[in-house]
Amino acid sequence: MTDSTAPSRRDLLTMIGKVGGAAAMYQAMTALGHAAETQFTGPPVLTGAKPGASVVILGAGLAGMAAAYELQKAGYSVKILEFQDRPGGRNYSLRGGDSFTESDGTVQKVQFAPGNYLNPGPWRIPHHHKALLHYCRQFGVALEPFIQLNHNGFIHSSEAFGGKPMRYKEVATDFKGHTSELLAKAISAKALDDKLSAEDQEKLMEALRGWGVLDKNMAYTSSLKVSAQRGYDQAPGGGRNGAPTPSQIAKLQDVLDPQVWTAMSFYFSYVMQTTMFQPVGGMDMIGKAFAKKIGKIVTYNAKAVKVAQSDKGVTVSYKDVASGQMHDVSADYCVCTIPLSIISQVDMQVSPALKAAMKAVPYGGHVKIGLEFKRRFWEEDDNIYGGHSFTDQSITQLSYPNDKMFGRGPAVLLGAFARDLAGFQLAGMTPQQRIETALAQGEVFHPQYRKEYMNGVSVPWSRVPWILGCTSAWSEDNRKAHYKNLVTLDNRVVLAGEHASYYGGWMEGSILSGIDAITQIHERTQAA
Amino acid sequence: MRRTLIRLALLTALAAAPALADSPGGRPVKLALPDGEQVYKQVCAACHLAQAQGSPDGAVPALAHNAKLATADYPISVVMKGQGGMPWFSEMLTPGQVAAVVGYVRTHFDNSYADPVAEADVKRIAAAIKGSEE
Repeated sequence: MTDSTAPSRRDLLTMIGKVGGAAAMYQAMTALGHAAETQFTGPPVLTGAKPGASVVILGAGLAGMAAAYELQKAGYSVKILEFQDRPGGRNYSLRGGDSFTESDGTVQKVQFAPGNYLNPGPWRIPHHHKALLHYCRQFGVALEPFIQLNHNGFIHSSEAFGGKPMRYKEVATDFKGHTSELLAKAISAKALDDKLSAEDQEKLMEALRGWGVLDKNMAYTSSLKVSAQRGYDQAPGGGRNGAPTPSQIAKLQDVLDPQVWTAMSFYFSYVMQTTMFQPVGGMDMIGKAFAKKIGKIVTYNAKAVKVAQSDKGVTVSYKDVASGQMHDVSADYCVCTIPLSIISQVDMQVSPALKAAMKAVPYGGHVKIGLEFKRRFWEEDDNIYGGHSFTDQSITQLSYPNDKMFGRGPAVLLGAFARDLAGFQLAGMTPQQRIETALAQGEVFHPQYRKEYMNGVSVPWSRVPWILGCTSAWSEDNRKAHYKNLVTLDNRVVLAGEHASYYGGWMEGSILSGIDAITQIHERTQAA
Repeated sequence: MRRTLIRLALLTALAAAPALADSPGGRPVKLALPDGEQVYKQVCAACHLAQAQGSPDGAVPALAHNAKLATADYPISVVMKGQGGMPWFSEMLTPGQVAAVVGYVRTHFDNSYADPVAEADVKRIAAAIKGSEE
């Protein structure tokens, strides 16, 4: 803007942002053809790093490793301290031979067959999570489709359909059919005359007839046309008995059960929309790829105890977990990615505002249970290839493996994915009780369970000692009061991680926050 | 009326579910939590552990032998508002369930604070929290 009176696009947006707030800016961005799917437009460009400038990073999860990778590229000297004996943080996979200790000391040993795994943490990647996909592409992490919406998965409610699991395609078709009929009735009864012109009423009636698959009387009734969406009693075949027979639609009262619309609505969610991906062979392929790229800069088994800072630099004191010996690491700046759920264990010398923000973020307590079965009966007997089934029981959700379809031999199914009260309930059980619950409740979908079951492992995030929670769950009020303080460079310390993002619980959020953290550090060093 | 309230509570819970996190689908699971002991075992024990001993490092505090429970208002307020990594339970538990579990913890796990905790106490504190937020 120095030599021209015409504002640049960016200046214009900043101006609009100042005058009209974020909403106006977003609208303007949309109008200028720039409504971003993610805020990632490419890796950060950090030029002109001062020789010898150093950063110590706490945590070798994705936020920390993405920060380290980009800082190294820019010429910074980087060290990472990691509490565990492996990179990745929540980006990890459990395989046969692994063992896992809960916060009460309970030990589980994973017995999966070779090649099988459970992703206890992140397990699916939206197509618009461009930062994460950028690094996967760059590091050569092989991705495969994560089957999200499976029309043949089950929906189960103990309060509808006589407690019988229904296929998603059946209840979704019936929900839309019944509601279309009701809306058509409202229009016929002139209930919408003051809302819609005659022409629009006509258009809407046409839409309802087509969308809802209504009959000539604008009623939702069982027919072959409807079965062409919800499935048949006898599917179309060939030859002499080829003629299909229609299935019977479910009652309106049943499809109004919240289990139906919450499942349908789930797939509309921005982060749940297809296409989704998973790394071939386990989610930890991403963490391992990052670790390989950043090289030997990670000190494992290092428990950060204190972060002290002055105008000159940062000193992190850490304990070697095995020997108990204390060590110090000094650097110009520190990126702290330690989850807020356990950060109270670190004596952080930061401003009161940041301290308050660190205490303002509660964590969810999700639970996942992986069950290994002798064969893929969900594929062989039930025609379910990947995707999910939902239930109103505590296990909440089953998810079918997205890889090695049609394979022979043992396979691992996600036998529970629970949140909130259901998550706490499962977490409070012993591993044996969790498996028994998963089997008993999952049998509602698959009576083959008991016969085919081999072994299982449960991961109650509330009891995972190195985090004691699953993901950050900001309340709107706390976000308003504390978010900015949490993510802003505090003299020489800056926080990063999914909790320091608007993408809580997603790897994209971790990486974007890691990038923003080092961008702040870089800007500060350039200004100094 | 009570039924309507429960339904409204359920709707609030649905609306409050974090829309963006990587979470399971389906509606929030309802648990039968008839008394304080069951609320403790099926909800609180997830983090505070079976004997209310808390996590070994103290990040999740022990509720056993805990002097901060002497005044019921404090634990009620923590349960309703959340604290640190602990989520707020005002949308997951009813006032009756909160009263029951606070009463249970205050009289178990080597705590003996016998004065009863009433649903009205929880509602009073809920109203105060709401007032301070507005």
